[in-house]
Amino acid sequence: MQNTKQNSYEEIIVAGFGGQGIMLAGRLLAQTAMKAGKEVTYMPSYGAEVRGGTANCMVIIADEPIASPLVDKPDSLIVMNKASLNKFASRLKAGGLLVMNSSLIDTKPQLDDSIEIIAIPADEIAVELGNKKIANMVALGAYFQKRGILSPDTAAACLPDTIAKRYHKTLPVNTEAIHRGAEFTKDNE
Amino acid sequence: MSERILMCGNEALAEAAIIAGCDAYFGYPITPQNEITAYMSKRMPEEGRVFVQSESELAAINMVFGASATGKRTMTSSSSPGISLMQEGISYLAGAELPSVIVNVMRGGPGLGNIAPSQGDYFQATRGGGHGDYRTIALGPSTVQELVDCMPLAFDLADQYRIPVVVLADGILGQMMEPIVFNKKPRRSLPPKDWALTGAKGREQNIVRSLWLPEGSLEKHNYKLQAKYQQVQKNEVLCEQYEVDDAEIIVIAYGVAARIVRSAVKKARQEGIKAGWIRPITLWPFPTMQIAKAADELSIFLVVEMSMGQMVEDVKLAVAGKVPVVFYGRAGGGVPSVDQVLEKIKQLTIPVKKQ
Amino acid sequence: MKTVFTRTPTLKDCLTHYCPGCGHSIAHRLIAETIDELDIRGRTIGIAPVGCAVLAYNYLDVDMIEVAHGRAPAVATGMKRTNPDKIIFSYQGDGDLAAIGTGEIIHAAHRGEQITVIFINNAVFGMTGGQMAPTTVLGQTTATTQQGRDAANEGYPLQVSELLALLPGAIYVERCALSGPAQIQKAKKAIKHAFELQISGAQGLSLVELLSTCPTYWRLSPVKAMEWIENEMTKVFPLGKLKDESQRPRISV
Repeated sequence: MQNTKQNSYEEIIVAGFGGQGIMLAGRLLAQTAMKAGKEVTYMPSYGAEVRGGTANCMVIIADEPIASPLVDKPDSLIVMNKASLNKFASRLKAGGLLVMNSSLIDTKPQLDDSIEIIAIPADEIAVELGNKKIANMVALGAYFQKRGILSPDTAAACLPDTIAKRYHKTLPVNTEAIHRGAEFTKDNE
Repeated sequence: MSERILMCGNEALAEAAIIAGCDAYFGYPITPQNEITAYMSKRMPEEGRVFVQSESELAAINMVFGASATGKRTMTSSSSPGISLMQEGISYLAGAELPSVIVNVMRGGPGLGNIAPSQGDYFQATRGGGHGDYRTIALGPSTVQELVDCMPLAFDLADQYRIPVVVLADGILGQMMEPIVFNKKPRRSLPPKDWALTGAKGREQNIVRSLWLPEGSLEKHNYKLQAKYQQVQKNEVLCEQYEVDDAEIIVIAYGVAARIVRSAVKKARQEGIKAGWIRPITLWPFPTMQIAKAADELSIFLVVEMSMGQMVEDVKLAVAGKVPVVFYGRAGGGVPSVDQVLEKIKQLTIPVKKQ
Repeated sequence: MKTVFTRTPTLKDCLTHYCPGCGHSIAHRLIAETIDELDIRGRTIGIAPVGCAVLAYNYLDVDMIEVAHGRAPAVATGMKRTNPDKIIFSYQGDGDLAAIGTGEIIHAAHRGEQITVIFINNAVFGMTGGQMAPTTVLGQTTATTQQGRDAANEGYPLQVSELLALLPGAIYVERCALSGPAQIQKAKKAIKHAFELQISGAQGLSLVELLSTCPTYWRLSPVKAMEWIENEMTKVFPLGKLKDESQRPRISV
């Protein structure tokens, strides 16, 4: 399957529940895109909804200045729990990419055949790596590998700018998580 | 060129204010602009400048009033309900001709409303907002970069004209992150603040006031303010236009709504519709002449706002009945989608072609 | 001939708009004398309230600002924080400080702003025509308590100084009366002490409440008005130092 675009214009939604590092994942996506010389916007959901338990953010990556930062129909969707899958899956564009955390999503979603699905046990892989909080990075790694617009290495290089300084001791394990996610995709292709 | 940095609008505008020489920030927390207050609480003391978390927006704007009266560059920020509370102080700032910068990261209203993005405070920002016959300059940036660039401009305009300047952002612009560059452009040359309260050492006392009791004196003061506003209207209009010359329809929007319009117009062009857009950057002074000129040449305007229709009234005043002005907007946190705007453009253009 | 009294330079040589027997003129003079005695005219900024003293800048020859009703302590905060070397004082009446501006004065004291507040309490709103103030005493008739203030309907007189003295950020709170030469001398001493505290960089807010006459809306002669302070007001608003922690050491985290 062709996974790179000639003229990259990619709209992404990352979603999960509060505490899964959804916003961090979105910010890393944005930071990576900027480092790769792209135009990028990052738009978090904010307020009551976050406290209600679901968190999501919208990222747009492009070669030209981005008009609207809002994503209605994403090209790619990264979901970390079932509620988010149910909420956003139907919005995916035909031919889009779904990366889902199969550790917390036990069903196969009913989607258009043109949509490619990567079901990655992100929580299990994270626990294997010794830190259950880095499932977000595992899923991102899978996304980078599949989409091919941004490289896992560039993302890893952006971690220090994205993660707060007081957590910098977790940089190595976060880096490893991105690579493990990427390898998972490679192995299953 | 400096390095590109990824920042959210709220933090980026705060840093831009610091670079612009803001001496003091006063504010009270309110969503969706809390990142400004938090950022300032950390950065201002680092720079040896003043940060105070006030007990209310009423107090915040009056702290601005005090700091400004002593000649300092000063600002506050809030979101819609908090800005309503500040209107008393803004009226006094306008009356006393004190420079100040007020950032409004707009949210849904009326009342407590919600915390979603909105453009419902356009009337408030462009008509003065408080009591009395006055204006505030209102800037409506549409990207985080533009938000960054408009902070030094806001401080310069405030000092040059001795006027409160409102920076009108919204929840999206405050919260979203984009790569930005902090430009350190040369500042305007500004008049000395010889009116400031610095202690009357070796000179006569300075008085800062907005009370004019003797008969005729307040009217005179109002004429003085109006003359100043006319200078602002003459010299400081900023707006951006795109493919206006051959357009059959021009879509007018500001701020985040203008980004959505830009996407919709691009799609419309791809579908063969001769669409263009005009984006006011200064909301007051409004680009009346630019819109009036465009009205001579085309058949219809569409105004898109995240409100039930406020700027559309300024567009209608500019168009003066020459061509139809149609409005499309969503309010209370609703944001028009690109497809909705495109659909509206099609509705307004395609039937005409078929006839 | 020996000069026994002379106008202090910071008090301008002009007629005031105050009614005969009004306490504001006395309070103005005490502040002007203090500024001159401490030689701080060149670095003092005064804040005029909304109320009868709104035109205080016409009489006090220092840099002055006139601000929204009740907001003086917030304005003073903005001034002092950005100009720690300047001496900032607000001059506020009982409507300004004890009614519409309670939030601002409490929080300025609460933050320990290094400002000086002169609080004029004359138990009535003067400028708007003699309406009830929070400090109007029980039974006192005003334009809005025509049968006399009734606690059941209007509450009890508000003792703001007592309230403020409770706050750690207020270092000096004293109540004096402009009711006769001896009391006026005491008031002068208190005002001077409050300014001296600010000059010394003392860590907190200093406030002097002055019980002051309003012969017009009390409907008394100037002399009777002074007696009314002594006989009636001081019962509700006892005179004296409520707090003086001028020796308090600097607090740091």
